[in-house]
Amino acid sequence: MKKGKKIILFAAAFIVTLILLWLLTLLFMPKYRRGIVEGAMIAEYYEDRKPHEVIFIGDCEVYENISTVELYREYGISSYIRGSAQQLIWQSYYLLEDTLRYETPKVVFFNVLSLKYNEPQNEAYNRMTLDGMRWSSSKWNAVQASMTPDEDMVDYLFPLLRYHSRWNELTSDDIRYMFGGGENVTIDGYYMRCDVKPQAGFPKAPVLADYRLGENAMNYLSMMADLCEEHGVTLILMKAPTEYPYWYDEWDRQVREFAQERGLEYFNYVDLRDEAGIDMSTDTYDSGLHLNVFGAEKLADYIGAYLSAGFDLTDYRNDPAVSSMWEEDCEAYDLLMQRQLSEIEEYGELVSFGANAI
Amino acid sequence: MLFTSYKFVLFTALVILAYYIVPKKLQWPVLLVSSLGFYWYADPEHLPRYLGFLLITAVSAWVCGLLIGRADDISKAYLLEHKESLSKDEKKAYKDRVKKKKVLIMVLCLLLNLGILSVTKYTSFVITNINSFLKASKAIRIPDLIIPMGISFYTFRTLGYIIDVKRGTCKPEKNLFKFILFVSFFPQIVQGPISRYNNVAPTLFENHSFDDKVFFSGILRILFGYFKKLVVAERLVIAVKALSEDTELYSGGFVFIAMIFYAAELYCDFTGGIDITIGIAEAMGIKLEENFNLPFFSKNIKEYWNRWHITMGSWFTDYIFYPLSVSPRMLKLSKVSREKLGKGIGKRVTVYISCFLVWLATGVWHGAAWNFIVWGLMNFVVIMASGELEPLYEKFHKKFGLKKKKGYAVFEIIRTFLLMSMIRMFDVYRDVPLTFCMIGSMFVHPGLGSNGREAFAALGLTAADYGVIGAAVALIFALSTYKAIKGEDIRGRILTKFPLTLAVTSVLIITVLVFGAYGVGYDANQFIYNQF
Repeated sequence: MKKGKKIILFAAAFIVTLILLWLLTLLFMPKYRRGIVEGAMIAEYYEDRKPHEVIFIGDCEVYENISTVELYREYGISSYIRGSAQQLIWQSYYLLEDTLRYETPKVVFFNVLSLKYNEPQNEAYNRMTLDGMRWSSSKWNAVQASMTPDEDMVDYLFPLLRYHSRWNELTSDDIRYMFGGGENVTIDGYYMRCDVKPQAGFPKAPVLADYRLGENAMNYLSMMADLCEEHGVTLILMKAPTEYPYWYDEWDRQVREFAQERGLEYFNYVDLRDEAGIDMSTDTYDSGLHLNVFGAEKLADYIGAYLSAGFDLTDYRNDPAVSSMWEEDCEAYDLLMQRQLSEIEEYGELVSFGANAI
Repeated sequence: MLFTSYKFVLFTALVILAYYIVPKKLQWPVLLVSSLGFYWYADPEHLPRYLGFLLITAVSAWVCGLLIGRADDISKAYLLEHKESLSKDEKKAYKDRVKKKKVLIMVLCLLLNLGILSVTKYTSFVITNINSFLKASKAIRIPDLIIPMGISFYTFRTLGYIIDVKRGTCKPEKNLFKFILFVSFFPQIVQGPISRYNNVAPTLFENHSFDDKVFFSGILRILFGYFKKLVVAERLVIAVKALSEDTELYSGGFVFIAMIFYAAELYCDFTGGIDITIGIAEAMGIKLEENFNLPFFSKNIKEYWNRWHITMGSWFTDYIFYPLSVSPRMLKLSKVSREKLGKGIGKRVTVYISCFLVWLATGVWHGAAWNFIVWGLMNFVVIMASGELEPLYEKFHKKFGLKKKKGYAVFEIIRTFLLMSMIRMFDVYRDVPLTFCMIGSMFVHPGLGSNGREAFAALGLTAADYGVIGAAVALIFALSTYKAIKGEDIRGRILTKFPLTLAVTSVLIITVLVFGAYGVGYDANQFIYNQF
């Protein structure tokens, strides 16, 4: 065989192999469409075409506790929640950096619960937060900061190397959503739950040997403040109104001191629950760990009032181009709420959520 | 840098690329720099400690090789110059003096390097055993010594070289850097093969132009090595670990399962590693010796050892067994024993002693543990027993005409496989008494017990894993059978058609990437032979 022909054949085989590997990657990547859906949240941001003047960053204490649609409906505020399960502060920092590549909001809320973690924690949660991020220096740095000792950057660069062992657990969803598509898990970053399970007692808070928040975590908080300052964004620190996992007074004091030092606002909504009208006997779906949609709307109303009063935010209800997109989201929101409420009425519980979702 | 790590794959790819890009005269220097870099990086703290040991071995052997060569040259010149003036006795006396000098240089080199090997590898084992006889208060502290990666392999390669130079079967290498490359060549430093200088040097130092057939032959072999290691061995290791750790649950019939699983794991691990090693070299046109030749197709243990870890076996045969057997003391002992015990038994005494020492050394070489020593001696016992029983076998075979029957050949293969697998169990369990107990339990309680199904399910592998292992082992067996029948590797056929070569390469890449047991969730293990 002639040399030229061999080169062409080699190039063709190389390309075909790459295409096959790419297709296999798409097939094996978890789709997060049922059961554990949190892994789908981060990527959904990139599909959203609306401008956002308020961004919420943090873990489940933001994506389950604040209704972005309510903020729009009541105040015309266009917001988005960039949150995912156990989102660590360095992930939040790089997600904010990533967000600032696309838009510059006026206000950023950061939920401080993740300050309790000073080191990388769990590969599965890392993947749920980081897999959905688009590649950029921010993602690279987020991965570097988040990796547990068993992880490798190569696994993030080539996800097939991480998910290849899923070959024996593939479902029809993996084929159906191979190229994306399907309903979003969140509505503008908000993850809705309409069921009610009143807050019960929590186990006693364990005594810690050291109440100081970790240096690494505090350093990222400081970097976040710097980043917002650089971009002319107002950073507001918040602690969601749920009491568990514990948020110790000692931690609260340190965050307050930091906020004071940096001239930032800090709201611990646990203390402001009554003022916001949140009733933990009706406004939580999991015994007080997270708010349900009724609680999330109340918190959104409370935050919305504060933002409207204190910031010069656009009322997007008067902007036809943006409001039309928001109206679509409102419709999806209402539809989802209706679907969930019907399910609850019919079955007495929300059967389409959780690990046993059908 | 494990062979199974991404870093190694990337490193190897870059080395091969650099090898073909640089001017040809720089090809071997590229390998030298890469090998030294690889070895430096292998030190857990990335310090030049491993490298220091390797360089001491390489430089000492190189210097001694040159000194022996020089002594040879001088003696030849002297004898030529004084051809007429020296009497026969004077010539003999001179030759004896030179020979003694060469032996002295060689012995010094052997002592130095075996000393390093012994101290680094066996100090802890020796002190631990001494301490077991001492009171706790008098226990000797075990020094925290590092064991340079692959020290057994590169030391043996080097010693083989110096013995060959002394014997005059190998010319001393004049270029120190070339010799360091021979000692440190990165693909084979981890687990062999234990190459002979004469066999490797020609292709290691010569210039190579890119030849797609040679290149893809190497790539296919590398991929097949990864297939064996990652698809089979890395899965089986999970079950073997469970079987060897919970010996209460996994006794009786489970020991048989452990035996078969470990046989397959070790085969795929070791031959897979060697395939990667030889494949990397081959992709650059460098030929290394084969280390395996269908060992599980052996009909007896002697044949098995001619097919398994061939370079180690031949090393012990050439450099220990034969010299020992023909040493003056052994010849004297042979004479005495024949006189005292009769011709039949007497002539076998020295063979047995040499064989015993070789297998003892083989066991010790494998590791600083009683398990390995007993494993070596078990091989000795079985080889001796089969040697003694050979006349009986012959009679039996003749009487029933078994040698010509295919079914009997299959029986012999299975018998040898099971026997060797059983001896290998000393490598599986934590100590010697436990190994004997477990082997015993296999015969006393051959079943899996009342909760056998649950216990089997708890081995850590899923039905899908067993499916993959089964399919992969069937493929390996089919390819081995092809080689046994046709006398050539199937790669030869594949390489005749370029499109087929590309297709097989692509399929192998995808198969290894998808079905390999690596990454998060799996802990890709060190190759078993790395520890030696």
